[in-house]
Amino acid sequence: MTAPILVFGWGNPARGDDALGPLLVEWIAALQIPEVECLTDFQLQVEHALDLEGRQCVLFVDASLDAEAPFTVRPITPAARADCNSHTLAPEAVLQVYIELQERPPPPCQLLAIHGESFELGTGLSAAAKNNLAIASEWVKNWLSGTGCQLSVRS
Amino acid sequence: MTDLETASHPENLRRVVIEPLSRVEGHGKVTLLLDTDNRVQQARLHIVEFRGFEKFIEGRPFWEVPVMVQRLCGICPVSHHLAASKAMDQIVGATLTPTAEKIRRLMHYGQILQSHALHFFHLASPDLLFGFDADAAQRNIVGLVARDPAIVRKGVLLRKYGQEIIRMTAGKRVHGTGSVPGGVNKSLAPEERASLLKDSYEIIGWSREAIGIVKSLFEQNLALYRDFAHFDAHSLCLVRADGALDFYDGGLRARRIDGTTLFDHFDTDRYWDAIVEDVKPWSYMKFPFLRALGDADTSWYRVGPLTRVGQCDFIPTPLAERERQEFLACADGAASRATLGFHWARMIEMLHAAEAIKELLHDDDIVGQDLVATGQRQERGVGVIEAPRGTLIHHYRVDENDQVIRANLIVSTTHNNQAMNAAIRSVARHYFDGREITEGLLNHIEVAIRCFDPCLSCATHALGRMPLEIEIVGAGGTALDRAARDSNGRFARP
Repeated sequence: MTAPILVFGWGNPARGDDALGPLLVEWIAALQIPEVECLTDFQLQVEHALDLEGRQCVLFVDASLDAEAPFTVRPITPAARADCNSHTLAPEAVLQVYIELQERPPPPCQLLAIHGESFELGTGLSAAAKNNLAIASEWVKNWLSGTGCQLSVRS
Repeated sequence: MTDLETASHPENLRRVVIEPLSRVEGHGKVTLLLDTDNRVQQARLHIVEFRGFEKFIEGRPFWEVPVMVQRLCGICPVSHHLAASKAMDQIVGATLTPTAEKIRRLMHYGQILQSHALHFFHLASPDLLFGFDADAAQRNIVGLVARDPAIVRKGVLLRKYGQEIIRMTAGKRVHGTGSVPGGVNKSLAPEERASLLKDSYEIIGWSREAIGIVKSLFEQNLALYRDFAHFDAHSLCLVRADGALDFYDGGLRARRIDGTTLFDHFDTDRYWDAIVEDVKPWSYMKFPFLRALGDADTSWYRVGPLTRVGQCDFIPTPLAERERQEFLACADGAASRATLGFHWARMIEMLHAAEAIKELLHDDDIVGQDLVATGQRQERGVGVIEAPRGTLIHHYRVDENDQVIRANLIVSTTHNNQAMNAAIRSVARHYFDGREITEGLLNHIEVAIRCFDPCLSCATHALGRMPLEIEIVGAGGTALDRAARDSNGRFARP
């Protein structure tokens, strides 16, 4: 059975603060919340539109150079985005692909953008990113409580 | 092609700088250097930053390498996984069991299928179906969906099918561990085999439809498709011992610009006798060239689908071979030399991958349990495969403590470095009016770059980054013009 809530984080764990998305999602996964499915990937791609099917709500999580520290949260809606290569896809474009594939609007989606500063290959999280991750994790826990999730299992 | 870097007085050239895109570090740009007559003399694409990969690997135990190198690219991690595994097979002195080789091939064909599907349906089709001058806000996958939802649905499902093959053979959706030094750690379960087999015929059918799309576009716009971003180049790829197309193994075949063979079935274990890696002061990328022909400025070459399909003697699956023959015959061979021919060749390869997947799924070896072989330990290993974008070389030396003490990687985009410069220069010479940057110039350079689908190192997720920026700088260093495409695809002159 499809979990009603999807938390989807993306980024390269080997590139410093780019790991913020996957790390936050791994932290949520460790909570073992039955209503929540946690997925990660290196990059957002068109097939991820299929992961939105059957959800009540979706939280996308990514590292961001531009987001204000420690993080920002905003609802996202389907939209076209221009790309120069096959290595990037905006979450808004994934939502648009969902509409056309399923012929109905996607579930409500939000984007949690955690501020990162250093993206060097082979480095760990920067000190600032660690702090931002901790604060963002608390926000996610509260957000999940608001969705009716049973958070008491291992939190 | 030989005068890319031969301007006698480069200090007098005017510079046009194009800054793409959402890189977090080592951001990319295109620099166009103009001569005193405002003609484009040089093109320099700075789009990848592979610096540091080798250092990232050195010092690690060799058995970790096939898994960790997947972090070099989120689009084709399987390519690095398999190239590193092939090198480590040599380190452990193993000859693969039939089951191990076929599972790896299945994984690789799944990778080729999903990567080519993504490129064609997501990236290339909007250019081809809307035209190169269409509004960038429309000329993307979303616009394509609005025009023909069925195309996009098939593209997504083709990619999903390839991803499922990878998940089942590599063990995980991301960061698979299926391929190990000397073999694989799992084969297909019977239910996995049945699940994949069920859809394999439909996948072949959709792949044939994709070829039909690009073929008809060529036929309808032959002059444009034949001449756009045209350049002549030497070429390099792997071929099987009998000359067949082979993505996983074989010897190196190089052809000169005139089509004559420079070398054939060259032993990949000594690739450095065939290829020299040069460096330039203005780029972190390496500039490989064919040793037998001269230097980096005259002896660079092209790799990838266009080379592979045109250069092999045959494709060892019937439907793809029939399509190859038609491709080679189109316009007296002009399609197979055209930069936009990359798209057609890529779809032929996708069909071959789909056919090869079906054949492997009917082979009982893929459910076998003889998974790993061993042999006499070696100090050096070279793994070469044909990745979706072209030839990929992994080369390692391992010490007596099992640590990697030296690593050298030549990725597909590096092989194509100068070829991309040549394509961009060809476009710029045609579409740059010598005065200002236009959206048309931007569009056409993007289309040329997309033919190669250059690989970007993975840390591309800085939200809201500017995807494209162009600047003209005069010989004295003064900015003469500047234009940009914002993250929503709008052309702007700030």
